[in-house]
Amino acid sequence: MSISNITPAALADPRDLGGPRQPLLRVQHLQKHFPLKRKGLALRGPRPAVRAVDDVSFDIRKGETLGVVGESGCGKSTTARLLMQLIQQDRGELVFDGQTVGSRALPLREFRRQTQMVFQDSYSSLNPRMTIEDSVAFGPTVHGVSARVALNRAHDLLARVGLDPARFAGRYPHELSGGQRQRVNIARALALEPRLVILDEAVSALDKSVEAQVLNLLEDLKRDFGLTYLFISHDLHVVRYVSDRVLVMYLGQVVEVGPAEQVFDAPRHPYTRALLQSMPSTDPLQRTTEAPLSGDPPNPIDPPAGCRFHTRCAFAQPVCGRQMPAFVEPAPGHGVACLRWQPESGYEPTPDFPAMPAPTPAVPLALGTLPDIFPEAHHG
Amino acid sequence: MLAYLLRRVGYALPIMLGVSFLCFMLVHIAPGDPLVAILPADASADLQQQMMKLYGFDRSLPEQFIHWLWRALHGDLGTSIATSRPVAQEVFKAVGNTFMLAAMATLIGFFLGSLFGFVAGYFRNSWADRTASFISVIGVSVPHYWLGMVLVIVFSSQLMWLPATGAGPDGSGAWKWDLAHIQYMVLPAITMSFIPMGIVARTVRALVADILSQEFVIGLRARGLGELGVFKHVVKNCAPTALAVMGLQLGYLLGGSILIETVFAWPGTGFLLNQAIFQRDLPLLQGTILVLALFFVALNLVVDVLQTVFDPRIERA
Amino acid sequence: MSAVLNPPILTKPVQRSRSHGANVLRRLVRNPVAMTAAAVIALLVLVAILAPWIMPADPFATSMFKRLRPIGTPGFPLGTDELGRDMLSRLMLGGRLSLFMGIAPVLMAFVIGGGIGILAGYAGGRVNTVVMRCIDVLYAFPSVLLAIALSGALGAGITNALISLTVVFVPQIARIAESVTTQVRRSDYVDAARASGAPAFTIVRRHVLGNVVGPIFVYSTSLISVSMILASGLSFLGLGVKPPQPEWGLMLNTLRTAIYSQPWIAALPGALIFVTSVSFNMLADGLRSAMEVKS
Repeated sequence: MSISNITPAALADPRDLGGPRQPLLRVQHLQKHFPLKRKGLALRGPRPAVRAVDDVSFDIRKGETLGVVGESGCGKSTTARLLMQLIQQDRGELVFDGQTVGSRALPLREFRRQTQMVFQDSYSSLNPRMTIEDSVAFGPTVHGVSARVALNRAHDLLARVGLDPARFAGRYPHELSGGQRQRVNIARALALEPRLVILDEAVSALDKSVEAQVLNLLEDLKRDFGLTYLFISHDLHVVRYVSDRVLVMYLGQVVEVGPAEQVFDAPRHPYTRALLQSMPSTDPLQRTTEAPLSGDPPNPIDPPAGCRFHTRCAFAQPVCGRQMPAFVEPAPGHGVACLRWQPESGYEPTPDFPAMPAPTPAVPLALGTLPDIFPEAHHG
Repeated sequence: MLAYLLRRVGYALPIMLGVSFLCFMLVHIAPGDPLVAILPADASADLQQQMMKLYGFDRSLPEQFIHWLWRALHGDLGTSIATSRPVAQEVFKAVGNTFMLAAMATLIGFFLGSLFGFVAGYFRNSWADRTASFISVIGVSVPHYWLGMVLVIVFSSQLMWLPATGAGPDGSGAWKWDLAHIQYMVLPAITMSFIPMGIVARTVRALVADILSQEFVIGLRARGLGELGVFKHVVKNCAPTALAVMGLQLGYLLGGSILIETVFAWPGTGFLLNQAIFQRDLPLLQGTILVLALFFVALNLVVDVLQTVFDPRIERA
Repeated sequence: MSAVLNPPILTKPVQRSRSHGANVLRRLVRNPVAMTAAAVIALLVLVAILAPWIMPADPFATSMFKRLRPIGTPGFPLGTDELGRDMLSRLMLGGRLSLFMGIAPVLMAFVIGGGIGILAGYAGGRVNTVVMRCIDVLYAFPSVLLAIALSGALGAGITNALISLTVVFVPQIARIAESVTTQVRRSDYVDAARASGAPAFTIVRRHVLGNVVGPIFVYSTSLISVSMILASGLSFLGLGVKPPQPEWGLMLNTLRTAIYSQPWIAALPGALIFVTSVSFNMLADGLRSAMEVKS
């Protein structure tokens, strides 16, 4: 279940160029490798590199919340920073509402007015020497808004994120709690009136109760301001709750994309399947007796040949170690990068593969089942 | 490991080149014609011609530098204007004296500094800490040449215990490790030891306090390790950094000995520098500074490498 | 589509918290050692500034008869020097040059070195490497040696001494500045500022400077005492200030022969250098502790 539908406000934005069918952001063949120092004295030869993002392509549709999940080191954060152009990609391009980012039609500065980011660490993303209102008002002032108007906007936004400006505007970051700081970060991101907001693990560092409040806030803001979200997280429950579509990354590549319901209920990629099976259930009758994923995540410096997941895949066949799977769509809107779903790859589908066991739903316990394990609970 | 070593040496080489270039340029930043700077005012035309050829002032600047450097690497640092002796000879004679003095001062400073530093670090915020810290602040704040004068006043002039100046009773310059000679070393060495003492004390205090506050010490004590054992651990952890600081201080003293040597008329490189300045003897000045500076760079290199060898935590990129 | 902005929604004035600078000052003022040191420095500076008007005698008036009179001689409270000049007056006037030579080079090095370091730190990459390597060459000299080398080559005189001392301190300050700036550059709030489309200069001005100036300034204050000692050392060697100008280091040199006849007078100028130097160090230490605690 997802909480938000495509908001009409997002489509009625005066800055909208291509209409509802055109993706807000089209990411094409993004690549970023981080070169490492050569071992020993070698002065020639190829340099080892961390292949953080390797040929990543996807679309972000207007008004949706696209969730991005994956283990640490899969390249989620690097992708986020590439999207914000905080680091330059080696290859690939971004197309925002039909216009290439960095081109004459859409210079970088203009793109940055329309795309903003909320970082994970709420403390280090605020300048410790600046008051809250100055931090929030900074963005607009850079784009020519007068200081007075910018401050007004800052106060307004602070009120909208639930912080009373009279009490909070003049404070410094260290005087606020983690949840309050994250609200400030959201306000700061909204100060430039963006259309796309990238949330990079924005709620991961918060307590669960605070997390719930902030998620509700994000939903309200999305509706009021007509925003589109890219929601990056390692917390599968949260991603399921907020996302319309979900994108799964593994070792710098996209392995599966699709509507949240479909990806969570009927995952097609073995990695997604394993990931979902590793979500612990609150039902004591559904116990995990063996680890769904074996082995350690391989080294991003030296990824395995062929399909990168084949060393840990329960369904791997020899062909998986030789051929890199292409991204195909076995069902419309639901894409997978796995040889099983590629008809001419040489992969022999086995009976147990297509039958995906339904992942354990988070169903509240029916009282009737309790006596089986707690005989003394008969009087429940 | 070898890779790191070579990389580190490779880094030091351009620095040494830069340092040599700066020394070379000293003659050229002096006001007026460089030739005037290196020749006595009444030099004959013949001598001027000789100097021109030697220094190559008729050639371009980079050529001059390479020429000068080449000769320097072969041990020819020019001729002193005042004494007409080769600079290299003067310098190497003096370096030994300075090194002796600096080494002694560094050892004294290291020993006392570590003592004060340990006391201060162990008994943090007590009166012992405050006293020890105060002494170390004095160590770095006192103008050491003035301190030398004061010590001379007290121990030489008033109490007549120790000689005031010089390096030996007979002035022959030959050093012997006997009481007659050592008593000449006492005052200058103690004076020189104040700055390293202050710096080592500060460093050791910070190190000890930091280590004692770390959780592994609590763990050690909880397992029943006595204070002596804990102390050994603390020493092991402090040692690499403290020794590195000591090595660097030795370098600073070698380079900065001029003031003390002037006060005590100790025949070392500092004294030589003083002469060179007083007599506007630029070849001597240039040569001495080159030797001292290059030595300092080499010393830094050695300290860095040794630190890597002894402290396994330092990353060997 | 931005939601309609309401008119200013503040019904009460904004509560303002104390800024970081104000907090540091507050903590510093509560430190008795630092405040004592500050008082001593203030006194010395005051005396130095007012010296021409409050000197009891002419600091340049020599007299062959009144040479090396002891402390407490009527008319000469601190005695006379080797040329018969009044010590007290010379010490007072000498403070001007000595303090100036202590503070001025550090101030100039703060501006120049700080600028270089911040630029190199923010630019990063090759620019950083090139600049810092050049700085490293200067840094490769022991300070005393460099000061003497430059002064020796340039010749005696206040201006030359100023130049050499500034050159000695620039690399040290530049290194600290570069290191701190590189750290700040990597933080998320600088990324956020870049993400809002701000030009580099604006980011440095509004985000980097405020966070970087503090540590650089604290480091620089600890250099003042070193500068005083070096400057007076240069005068002691005959570089720097030329006689008959009074300056504490120069006075120490000219009074050396008086060690045997009037030792306490010979030691006086050095005592003043010592007191000033200790005071600056104490103040610098106090400033450092005041800045360390995150309030």
